[in-house]
Amino acid sequence: MSRSSSIRTGQARAGWAFVSPTLVVLGLFLAVPVLMALWVSFTDWNGRGSPFASGTGFVGLDNYRELVGEQGGLTRSDFMTSLRNNFFYVLLVVPLQTAFALFLALVLNQRMLKGVGFFRTAFYFPSVVSSVAISLVFLFLFSGGGVINTLLDAIGIDGPTWFNDSRGLLHLLGDGLGLWNASAPPSGLTDGGVLGLTWWDWLAGPSVALSVIIMLVVWTTAGTFMLMFLAALQDLPLEVEEAARIDGAGRWGVFRNVTLPHLRPTMLLVTTLGLIGTWQVFDQVYVMTKGGPGKTTLTPAYLSYSYAFDNQKWGIAAAMAFVLFLIIFAMTTFQRFLFRDKDAIETKRQERRTRRLRARSAAEGGTAS
Amino acid sequence: MSATSRTTRTGRTGRTGRRRTSLVALALGSSIALAACGGGGFEDDSADEPASSGDGPAELQVLIASSGDAETKAVEDAANAWAEESGNEVEVVVANDIGQQLSQGFAGGNPPDVFYVDASVFGDYAEAGNLYPYMDQLEGADDFYPNLVDTFTLDDQAYCAPKDFSTLALEINTASWKKAGLTDADIPTTWDELSDVAQKLTTPDQAGLVLGIGRDRVGAFLVQNGGWWVDADSGEATATEPSNVEALEYVQGLLKDGSAVLAPDVDAGWGGEGFGTEKAAMTIEGNWIRGAMENDYPDVDYTVAELPEGPAGKGTLLFTQCYGIAADSPNQEAAVSLVEALTTPEQQLKNADAFGVMPSRESAQADYVDQFPEDAPFIAGGDYGQGPVNLPGLGPVVADLDSQLEQLKTADVTGILESFQKNADAELQ
Repeated sequence: MSRSSSIRTGQARAGWAFVSPTLVVLGLFLAVPVLMALWVSFTDWNGRGSPFASGTGFVGLDNYRELVGEQGGLTRSDFMTSLRNNFFYVLLVVPLQTAFALFLALVLNQRMLKGVGFFRTAFYFPSVVSSVAISLVFLFLFSGGGVINTLLDAIGIDGPTWFNDSRGLLHLLGDGLGLWNASAPPSGLTDGGVLGLTWWDWLAGPSVALSVIIMLVVWTTAGTFMLMFLAALQDLPLEVEEAARIDGAGRWGVFRNVTLPHLRPTMLLVTTLGLIGTWQVFDQVYVMTKGGPGKTTLTPAYLSYSYAFDNQKWGIAAAMAFVLFLIIFAMTTFQRFLFRDKDAIETKRQERRTRRLRARSAAEGGTAS
Repeated sequence: MSATSRTTRTGRTGRTGRRRTSLVALALGSSIALAACGGGGFEDDSADEPASSGDGPAELQVLIASSGDAETKAVEDAANAWAEESGNEVEVVVANDIGQQLSQGFAGGNPPDVFYVDASVFGDYAEAGNLYPYMDQLEGADDFYPNLVDTFTLDDQAYCAPKDFSTLALEINTASWKKAGLTDADIPTTWDELSDVAQKLTTPDQAGLVLGIGRDRVGAFLVQNGGWWVDADSGEATATEPSNVEALEYVQGLLKDGSAVLAPDVDAGWGGEGFGTEKAAMTIEGNWIRGAMENDYPDVDYTVAELPEGPAGKGTLLFTQCYGIAADSPNQEAAVSLVEALTTPEQQLKNADAFGVMPSRESAQADYVDQFPEDAPFIAGGDYGQGPVNLPGLGPVVADLDSQLEQLKTADVTGILESFQKNADAELQ
């Protein structure tokens, strides 16, 4: 017994030795900066010298109060605007990119398709091109007199000035349906509000400018997720599908009852990565719009950058980052809950019940004998 | 099955204990690392002492946000000439993102010795104590335009020497001007005349005047009406003064009757683009428009005039940068001497020739006008121009103002000014 435990100790020591380089690197470049940022979010550090120096004042939760508290003025309404924008962005991008990626993967997974390699490369291409380069191309495509508007013009549609258009899609939709007049919004929505924005502002939806960024991101990220789906699809044994066919399932039935359940782990991966990525959108905003027009493409990540580097408000910027972290954390947890394998949970529960029953019967058997 | 599970369980207690110790070790390690970072901060204090002098040649680092190769070369040449003469060493570094690079330097306690500081970020840097005020040591410091020096003054302390400057003026498309039957005598000198010619120049294909969006253009009208967003001396916001309301209403009037448009309305990124593509016959831009017109729209002929006077007289906006010297620089004395060399009238005229900026010294004005007579309307603004809002902490507030001014055509002017006033008051109190 003692011998085996000493061997085990040696193993553990070796194990720690092997992981220590990674731990040191992670600690130095991940844990320490994160802890420092957390500290900064509780101070009024002005960016000069170390945030741990004596001149830096500890302000407790003041920075967080500026973001969400009652007295937060412009900072709070900026932050809430950015959260609103990002919320609508996530709401559209995650389902669209997942569906698009799945569709592409299903197309590529067909055995009848010729030139799979070519299409796979073509679909994957946008994902490996620098997002800055793609953003610049989109700037040209969607300029007021750009290619897109020329095409729209050819079919008789007067295109908007995309990146200069701050009108919200929901506002426009409601206007189109006759629910309200977007230039004279109903006073019921503009009078009241919460967290520094009126109901009318909250319900704006993504602006026309933001929807261009949405299109861009769906197009560029779908390739990566397509590869993940494709890999999972190729894991699905042909026999299972054939068996389902023989059992009388149609194409749709096979997809719904065989393919989709098989893809659940991948689906969780794709939506989780998508959710985290979309809440942190920065590059496209930085390159294309800098938050404009009318702050409708402002996102928390960009706002945090701008408060820190352009305005030297480091404490508030760090606090924004941590609020964003909490949001992402809460949403991914919720998502894991939604995607939990109900069958597996049920199986486990039953196993536990059986074990308990067996133990009880064994105990009863023991007393009986 | 049950045997394995038992060994795992016995193993686990031992492992949990060990895991706890290693966690403690990790935590200790990171706190030591944090403390080490903190140590850097305390060391800064010694660097705050006045610069060492005379002990051997200094090695200076200069960080610039260059407009292009011409500017980089001009600064490098001037710095190298100074280095040769003074026996020091200079390295000129071109920044990709100067705000970010400076922030890293300030936080790390090792910023570049000399760097460009834009007027709009000056207040924040000065308030944080990043800048070394050296104007009292600079030879010929009273030769700079007072308006420019004011731009780099916080709490009555002038911090740094203006590098050069730009002003806004009125650019007029010569062909459209003639087509509308206007002559040199019609060049607008008052608001009424401006409205008048803008209306005459407006055709179905061309607006009279195109304005870039934001405070950096409409602000000129505030100055012409004797108003401004803030009072730099008292450090208070003054946006809701009636003079400001009138000025914005005047511009809004031009936009509403269609004789003026905002750049995005004609699918332009800035006024110069709308002017160059002849979607408007006039624009209000700074002297940087010269380069853009020459490169992108060489066929458009235009003349430049001073901005028309408002009810309170002449007014334009100044845009400028200064040579900041780091408070943490160990070579401040050498740095001041370098800035002196970089801002001599001769050097400023060389820069003007190389990359089209205007000298910040009044003594260079006459020579500059001799060399570039067509830029006289721009440089005249140096005498009566107004620098940007430079009070510390107002960055997000003016950004919000800009975002609201995008809708100037339809917006409630008083509402815009009141919201600026409220936000600025909250920040400045």
